[in-house]
Amino acid sequence: MLAHRGPDDTGFHAENGVGLAHARLSIIDLAGGHQPMSNEDSSLWITFNGEIFNYLELREELLGKGHKFATRSDTEVILHLYEEKGEDCVQYLNGQWAFAIWDNQRRRLFISRDRLGVRPLFFTRANNTFLFGSEIKAIFAHPGVTREIDVNGLNEVFTYWCTIPPTTLFRNIHELPPGHSMTVDAAGVAVRPYWDIQFEKSTGVVDPSREQAYADELLDLLIDSTQIRLRSDVPVGAYLSGGLDSTVTTALVKKFTNAKLRTFSISFDDPEFDESSFQKEAVRFLDTEHQDIRCSKNQIAEVFPDVIWHTEKPVLRTAPAPLYLLSRLVRESGYKVVVTGEGSDEMLGGYDIFKENKIRRFWESQPDSKLRPILLRRLYPYLQNVQNQPDAYRKAFFHINVDRNLQPFFSHIPRWQSTANLQTLFSDSVRAAIGGDIGHSKIRSRLPLSYASWDSFCQAQYLETKYLLPGYILSSQGDRMAMAHSVEGRFPFLDHRVVDFASRLPVSLKMKVLSEKYLLKRCAAGLIPASVAKRHKQPYRAPEACSFLQPAAHEYMDELLSPEQLRRDGIFDAPAVAMLQAKFCKGAAIGIKDNMGLVGVVSTQLLMHKFINHFEGRMASHGS
Amino acid sequence: MALKDELRQFVTDNFMYGKPYKGFADDDSFIERGIIDSTAIMELVAHLERRYRITLQDKDLIPYNLDSVNSLARFVKSRLQPNYPGTRDEARIGLVT
Repeated sequence: MLAHRGPDDTGFHAENGVGLAHARLSIIDLAGGHQPMSNEDSSLWITFNGEIFNYLELREELLGKGHKFATRSDTEVILHLYEEKGEDCVQYLNGQWAFAIWDNQRRRLFISRDRLGVRPLFFTRANNTFLFGSEIKAIFAHPGVTREIDVNGLNEVFTYWCTIPPTTLFRNIHELPPGHSMTVDAAGVAVRPYWDIQFEKSTGVVDPSREQAYADELLDLLIDSTQIRLRSDVPVGAYLSGGLDSTVTTALVKKFTNAKLRTFSISFDDPEFDESSFQKEAVRFLDTEHQDIRCSKNQIAEVFPDVIWHTEKPVLRTAPAPLYLLSRLVRESGYKVVVTGEGSDEMLGGYDIFKENKIRRFWESQPDSKLRPILLRRLYPYLQNVQNQPDAYRKAFFHINVDRNLQPFFSHIPRWQSTANLQTLFSDSVRAAIGGDIGHSKIRSRLPLSYASWDSFCQAQYLETKYLLPGYILSSQGDRMAMAHSVEGRFPFLDHRVVDFASRLPVSLKMKVLSEKYLLKRCAAGLIPASVAKRHKQPYRAPEACSFLQPAAHEYMDELLSPEQLRRDGIFDAPAVAMLQAKFCKGAAIGIKDNMGLVGVVSTQLLMHKFINHFEGRMASHGS
Repeated sequence: MALKDELRQFVTDNFMYGKPYKGFADDDSFIERGIIDSTAIMELVAHLERRYRITLQDKDLIPYNLDSVNSLARFVKSRLQPNYPGTRDEARIGLVT
């Protein structure tokens, strides 16, 4: 069930009613890293997915304290660190992990997930048995687990674009949130946070003479975070999108790679999405050995069912599909590790939602100003429809009055509200079951105590980093698409030292006036082509729901979106979906809402088909 | 079908997939109720131009004309008047059926 995550080796350990299993993707200590792994006296057993990038330094320290190592693996370092520090061991780790340690003496299972949610972990309880795994499908393989859609998860995806842990798309299946650990023992299950991103109170303008010092510090951090992410016993490649972030990470990898560096990218037939001219420029400048996969709408349609098998949740964008094709190319090229640029937009201020928030706040302070809303024209230059809209409308759409009660979410309210409007596609019974959480109480209840004192820009960064980053970017577009073809992504911008540095950084160095990622551009000067540094940020996008009109989608669209199937599944209102489809068929669906709506419907129906109606991979029940 | 009913039907079918929001009234703002997103306005304009054979100028594209069933009906009706002072277009002849 999880062979795609670990095709190189499998292992099992069972004792006294506890069982650990592992599917291994061998990257460090290829010969000695078999798992589950125990310590010297077999009192601790670990199963671990991920990488600990500072394992060499930790190993040295532990050797100095008398620990004896049987392997060169990072896995064994976690075991000895746990012996030394107990559950606080996670505070010392720099990496991306989901691991479980069975502590035989304490009769306790200790499970942890990395700070930002690079590696996934899910769990449930069935018939008094605690079950966990990297993916939900592994849990569903157990005969005691029931498979039902959780409408709360649906509600969250059709509002926030992702589920909010512990909720998943499936009832009674829980996700361990990023930055959390948990214990399972006779006393029960306890989940605890061990880390959260903390921004500082609003800071003023930075003296220009200090900017270089900040840039130098960021560059030093990025060099080190990249360098330790090259620790591997197999060759490491890099994704190169042609944007600022991956060009910076590729430049840094290149700096520390003696061999010719292999880079990989996606290009599109449709010029609206294609960035290959910038990719070529970066390849020429950095002198990498480059491979590119050209992606068509039909290919997106073709792989979309497999994509949803891996995302295990609906998506509102097709963007994961090309990344699925890209990881296949990487694997076919003989690589299983790639360095990539995710996290930079969240931490260093790249997203348009931050710019939009800044302009809306600026306008809000002088609502009668005729000049301030002119800045709205600077938003979304790559979206033709938005650029073409009349000024009066542009103002009306962005000048959204946010209730006092919703002020903590000022930046995200337009996105959340417009996404939630898609729920009109749900059936009456699902809409009734959801009820609605217009105050966003789940997210509100978890805001840090100091949140209200942060700059509005940092509040937006927090919401994006805390929810969309792990819930969509690192999962549906990240881990799940890479691991579908046994490829591991590594993210220098998500080193927690970079994240801590960025959270202390004055806002003016993230977005100077309306120049995004100002400090990163400054510290990357000379490392990357000037044209890439100067280009306007174009977020990664792919051809959307029009892909489902392609021949490769006909069969599953006819089957899964038929009125009979929609009624049987009961999630969507069949006539409403028919109306949405009709809009696409006559070419009248040009809006973001329609596109997200159809992608959401198709992905949810595929999820129903693959996980509820026709799940393959159930183990035989013992005794039945 | 009366003009207002026809416009209401178009808005309901195209922007609410045939399922009118609870309590959706003829004076309700499409923007405030989230019925129209930032790109759907182009869809609405294209429909008005095609269905009623009128041409909308930039100055016409303001919420006052287009942001509720009632304002839409008022705007389209005004363009269908024989004495409409703007550019001559087929709309003044009458509704295209």
